[in-house]
Amino acid sequence: MENLIALLVAAPLLGAAVLLCGGRRLDAVGHWIGVLMSSASFVFGVILFADLLGKDAEHRTLMQHLFSWVPVEGFQADVAFRLDQLSVTFVLLITGVGSLIHLYSVGYMEHDERRRRFFGYLNLFLAAMLLLVLADNYLLLYVGWEGVGLASYLLIGFWQHKPSAATAAKKAFLVNRVGDMGLSIAIMLMFTTFGTFAFGPVLSHTGDTSEGKLTAIGLMLLLAACGKSAQVPLQSWLGDAMEGPTPVSALIHAATMVTAGVYLIVRSGAIFNAAPDAQLAVTVVGAVTLLFGAIVGCAKDDIKKALAGSTMSQIGYMVLAAGLGPIGYVFAIMHLVTHGFFKAGLFLGAGSVMHGMNDEVDMRKYGGLRKYMPVTFITFGLGYLAIIGFPGLSGFFSKDKIIEAAFAKGGTEGWILGTCALLGAAITAFYMTRVMLMTFFGEERWKNQPTRSPEAPSAEPAAEHHGEHAEPHPHESPKVMTIPMIVLAVGSVFGGAFFSIGDRFLHWLEPVTGHSEGDSPLSAAAVTGGTMVCLLIGVGIAWAMYGRRPVPAVAPRGSLLTRAARRDLLQDDFNHVVLVRGGEHLTRSLVYVDHTLVDGVVNGTAASVGGLSGRMRKLQNGFARSYAVSMFGGAAILIAATLLMRAV
Amino acid sequence: MSATAVHSLWTTAAAGTDSISKIPAPKIEYGQLSPTLIVVGAAIVGVLIEAFVPRRSRYYAQVFVSAVALCAAFAAVVALAADGYGTTKAHIAAMGAIAVDGPSLFLQGTILLAGLVGLFTFAERRLDPEAHGNRVDSFAAQAASVPGSDSEKAAVKAGFTTTEVFPLLLFAIAGMLVFPSANDLLTLFVALEVFSLPLYLLCALARRKRLMSQEAAVKYFLLGAFASAFTLFGIALLYGYAGSVSYARIAQVVDGTVTNVDPALADTMGNDALLLVGGAMIVMGLLFKVGAVPFHMWTPDVYQGAPTPVTGFMAAATKVAAFGALLRLLYVVLPGLRWDWRPVMWAVAIVTMLGGAIVAITQTDIKRLLAYSSIAHAGFILAGVIATSKDGVSSVLFYLGAYSFVTIGAFAVVTLVRDAGGEATHLSKWAGLGRRSPLVAAVFAVFLLAFAGIPLTSGFAGKFAVFKAAAEGGAAPLVVVGVISSAVAAFFYIRVIVLMFFSEPRPEGPTVAVPSPLTMTAIGLGVVVTLVLGVAPQYFLDLASQAGVFVR
Repeated sequence: MENLIALLVAAPLLGAAVLLCGGRRLDAVGHWIGVLMSSASFVFGVILFADLLGKDAEHRTLMQHLFSWVPVEGFQADVAFRLDQLSVTFVLLITGVGSLIHLYSVGYMEHDERRRRFFGYLNLFLAAMLLLVLADNYLLLYVGWEGVGLASYLLIGFWQHKPSAATAAKKAFLVNRVGDMGLSIAIMLMFTTFGTFAFGPVLSHTGDTSEGKLTAIGLMLLLAACGKSAQVPLQSWLGDAMEGPTPVSALIHAATMVTAGVYLIVRSGAIFNAAPDAQLAVTVVGAVTLLFGAIVGCAKDDIKKALAGSTMSQIGYMVLAAGLGPIGYVFAIMHLVTHGFFKAGLFLGAGSVMHGMNDEVDMRKYGGLRKYMPVTFITFGLGYLAIIGFPGLSGFFSKDKIIEAAFAKGGTEGWILGTCALLGAAITAFYMTRVMLMTFFGEERWKNQPTRSPEAPSAEPAAEHHGEHAEPHPHESPKVMTIPMIVLAVGSVFGGAFFSIGDRFLHWLEPVTGHSEGDSPLSAAAVTGGTMVCLLIGVGIAWAMYGRRPVPAVAPRGSLLTRAARRDLLQDDFNHVVLVRGGEHLTRSLVYVDHTLVDGVVNGTAASVGGLSGRMRKLQNGFARSYAVSMFGGAAILIAATLLMRAV
Repeated sequence: MSATAVHSLWTTAAAGTDSISKIPAPKIEYGQLSPTLIVVGAAIVGVLIEAFVPRRSRYYAQVFVSAVALCAAFAAVVALAADGYGTTKAHIAAMGAIAVDGPSLFLQGTILLAGLVGLFTFAERRLDPEAHGNRVDSFAAQAASVPGSDSEKAAVKAGFTTTEVFPLLLFAIAGMLVFPSANDLLTLFVALEVFSLPLYLLCALARRKRLMSQEAAVKYFLLGAFASAFTLFGIALLYGYAGSVSYARIAQVVDGTVTNVDPALADTMGNDALLLVGGAMIVMGLLFKVGAVPFHMWTPDVYQGAPTPVTGFMAAATKVAAFGALLRLLYVVLPGLRWDWRPVMWAVAIVTMLGGAIVAITQTDIKRLLAYSSIAHAGFILAGVIATSKDGVSSVLFYLGAYSFVTIGAFAVVTLVRDAGGEATHLSKWAGLGRRSPLVAAVFAVFLLAFAGIPLTSGFAGKFAVFKAAAEGGAAPLVVVGVISSAVAAFFYIRVIVLMFFSEPRPEGPTVAVPSPLTMTAIGLGVVVTLVLGVAPQYFLDLASQAGVFVR
């Protein structure tokens, strides 16, 4: 059974190799190869999952040692896989949602002439992501970590002919480098501290290591998580990453890759448990990001960017939960899984809307679409209800647990974190209701106006049908797109209840992550009640602003906060002033030093050697008599020097 | 007769106070001297060919005889080495005149191979367009005809060629074979003249740019004679000091193991001033031959003016022979004076390395560039000589072997790049050569990289060996200077590569001639040896290491 683990990774890797090396011959069938490989991986995942279920809770870990990767004395790294409850959960999410999105992409990318390559990249992403969650040591995890970064870069910039897409890809790559540096430093610290980086030895020896070292490792891991999961202060890339095709946004930038940071923190739980300061930093990052993302989501008129803000915010919840330690690990992962369903569903819904609207992304040019796209409306609506935490749907269970856990942290910290989480719930309800109302309700603002902006991607399919400036004719998407949306909607509705009733998910994951109830100052019922009140407030305000009043087609100027939020709370301005300008000044001064001092010395030396050469060359005047004099002088000096040596 | 032991024919004759009848019949080990004897014999046969063989067939006869002789001599060297004469059976032959030992055989082998490759370039006849239906080589049609005169035109029209170059080459090689194995000062001097005089002549024989060639030859001859005079004077002084010209005897007197005074020399024997001045003068003569600063001024002029095949042969083989002689002199005769000559040689090595490298930077002619490069290399080799250790000897031997193949190969490439005036040696004409003739440019780049001492070429292995020996021999500052001047030198080698590959070709640029298999062999051998010694130098380092002991 263990031998199946490698196949999980191998299937999509083979798919990527075949698709990317196969050339044009595979253009006709390439997408189905991609779907097949991803589904195969899902089937292997299900088989392994069934196998784990058949064992008792303490023995649900499968190990596969593939080969010795770096067999150096004192530095051992193996290519070895670990499949336990935590990683199999990820495997099912990645391959399940991944397969659905592969299927959806068959329709979505139908008119793109580079579809084969797109599927190759998607397969590559799956392989890297599976490697990340299956690795049995941090070094191999790092390989997967970089692999998903590469796939993300390639897919964000998939429409590379658009300068905005190319820039966004570069931005994502650069920001992620900062986080990756954190991971590499963490791995080096682990090696110097523990002499190894395999999960087993590292995580079982945290007890006999100084807290300072563990805090350092923890903070570096947090930096890594911030980069990959778009947490403050490395959040700036996620909004721009929406330049990628929508299936990519759904799979990589909502459901799976961006949650890798949460996986990293939960997997390294033992380190964080022993380093309270690092844990506190994690919770702070989570709380700040969940509010940051939510506020940004409120102000965006671009449907994908609003959803991106939401993703950031929801991952903030997960990171917050992961920072709470054993109180929150299970709920972080649970929210991660339910979020994977409903956010992927929401993105696919958004993609479907764009598909029917000539790739228009501005919600102010939508409106009243529920009549034209019933399936999209219903699935999107169910995802909407799930994310705002409507009772009974999956977001209700998972988010509620996180808010409870935040209060259960205890003390002032608990109150602050809990309040942030509650506030976040209210804002979530507001911005998601706003998206819903602006898109599917109200007057049909798209009538009588050309919507397609000239710089929108020509590769998007609808454009070719409707021409540059035609009025959009909203229509439902084909089955190959709606079926994945329906499946994900089902998951968004029932997932939370399935996990929570009888604490199924808790019992499943507890052997890996550990669990403690904490000490909440509020009863569970009180928290739930508070959450409901927040939800109603958020929905109510949104209704008052966007449901009762018509939505202006051109965005009003808005308050200072709104304007800031439209600019992502000035993240790019901040980065520009602090990092870009600062960096420019630093490089300029370095260049100055290099030019004047270093080059001065080098060029000066070269020039003086050259000058010396020119002058010495003049001695070579071609006259044998001068040569003879030189020889005679040389001989005289030689003899004199020899005699002098004896005299000395 | 005095109680002085009779060491050689020469000393006996010089000391000759007794009757002639006491001179013993000289005992000559012909077998052990066979490499030299074969070459000298072939040279004499070559002279006879010039006298008796019809003009049309002379070229073929000469090339055949020369090639066979060089191969046979090389086989003789290998046989002697295999017989153990390089190691266990090493001894002094021919009544003390010739040392048959490891360094002798190694260097003789190297000189013979360099001579053979040089012979290939001498015999090349396809580079120049045919003159009046006759194939021509790099040498003047008739050396005696005045450049530009009617008699020259007539000689060209008649299809004359100076086939005398082949016996001259063989005589030079014979002298070079004796030079590093000479075991007394007079043999040393005779060998010096035997190889120098043919080289003076060869330098004057260029077919193109004859005036420049003749000027070079005259300069070389004048300065060479000047240097020889110093050497001879030094020999006289050393004889005055030791009462003998034998290396072993002089060494003994230096060490103080022999103190008996020859009555005729009672005033001078043991006078250290004579020893120091005489030693310095002989060393100066040798430094002239290797082209060390400040005795290097002839090098660029002669290298530039001489026919390029001669330049290549001379640059390689003269250096080998002269360094061999220098090594023997410093290691066998003057080791007792180590503390006197080492600081002086330090200074010479430093100014040679730096001077060669620095002046090369501003050169615009490829042959002059290579000449200055050879000066810098003489400095690097001197660093190995100064190590005064067994490793120093073997590293120098290895360096000489590696360097000679690179040099001949590089000059052979120079013969290929031609325009209407013959060889296009001005650097500006080499611009963009890599685009027009990528193979030739790539081969030349390999040689330049080897000169620069880039790893995976023989230049790196050689330089590493001499610098290592020098550092272990306590000459670390010398190594630092060596590395610095290597860096300076790398600049102009790489500059030529950049010029060849990254510049636009000039419209009126030169063409690359397609050579006969002879030159191709010379160049190919150079590339192969360069790469083999660069990638897998260990076998040859071991060989040089085994050969690194002088017999005393």
